[in-house]
Amino acid sequence: MQRLKLFIPLIVFAVLAIFFFVVQKQIGSGAYDPQNMPSALLDKPLPVFQLPDLLSGATVANAVLQDKVVLVNVWATWCPSCLYEHPYLLKLAQQGVLIVGVDYKDDAAKARQWLQEKGNPYLAVLDDRAGTFGLDLGVTGAPETYLVDRSGTVRWRYQGPIDERVWSETLQPLLAKLTAAQGG
Amino acid sequence: MIMRVLLAGLSLALCWALAAHAAIDPYEFDTDAQRERYRHFIEEMRCPKCQNQNLAGSDAPIATDLRRELHRLLLEGRSDREITDYMVARYGEFILYDPPFDKKTALLWLAPLLFLSIGGVVMLAIVRRRRTEPEVAALNADERARIDELLSDDRSGEEKPL
Repeated sequence: MQRLKLFIPLIVFAVLAIFFFVVQKQIGSGAYDPQNMPSALLDKPLPVFQLPDLLSGATVANAVLQDKVVLVNVWATWCPSCLYEHPYLLKLAQQGVLIVGVDYKDDAAKARQWLQEKGNPYLAVLDDRAGTFGLDLGVTGAPETYLVDRSGTVRWRYQGPIDERVWSETLQPLLAKLTAAQGG
Repeated sequence: MIMRVLLAGLSLALCWALAAHAAIDPYEFDTDAQRERYRHFIEEMRCPKCQNQNLAGSDAPIATDLRRELHRLLLEGRSDREITDYMVARYGEFILYDPPFDKKTALLWLAPLLFLSIGGVVMLAIVRRRRTEPEVAALNADERARIDELLSDDRSGEEKPL
């Protein structure tokens, strides 16, 4: 018994070492991201918005999302990950995925130029120059993407660029389920 | 000379202390009470982008936005409760360094009590073991005689070579 006591520190060390090793591994593989916290909006209605469309200037409100399963993508020209994400969004749009853009705290002229040069994957782009809608969404930066179902409820939020991995592992199954569940 | 070096060191230290408070925004308040509440909020709310920094200590753009928002809400005359609810509705309880007690935070709040009681149990076990340890056996006559002899030797004051 006495001898066993001698090993307690070693055992504690080993347990901690294994714990940290596993966490580190998970961070490395992307399975666990300490930065990624669940959205406060999950399973809640998307906040009410009324913003000018970046391109036409017409006022866009929640009605634009009505009866659709839509991705709401927060982006800006100052955001390098958005540049990385952009081609993938174009690809998704071509596949028929509905995406509404929120141009977050951005220069409108630069944003228009960006869409003209690189292509526009968005159904509509909200010009959120002041960042108020972004604040209501609880974004912490860009890009961030919200999946909104037909009833206007937020079902999923992703911080960071959408890419092949996110699409095939998480987004596509979820989108398929939401589209199927509520009838075509 | 020494004084001067000391003073230079002190002012440098002060600079560091100020730098640690990254964000000092030039906000005007109507009353000192408002300013005090603002300070309290930026100290007690966590920057949503950062792992462990409050709004006061963060340079992240989102922290700047949230400070501006807090300032606006305070000037609008919102209550503390309303402001906290406003922030939690957007960023979740993650933003609170002092979260309310509920199912999700129960472990967080009760852990100190848990550890304290584990410590108490361990201490109790140790004390109890000590108490039940057998008393030192009494000396018999022979041993007592030897001890007396040794003690009286010592009292003679003479040191023996080792």
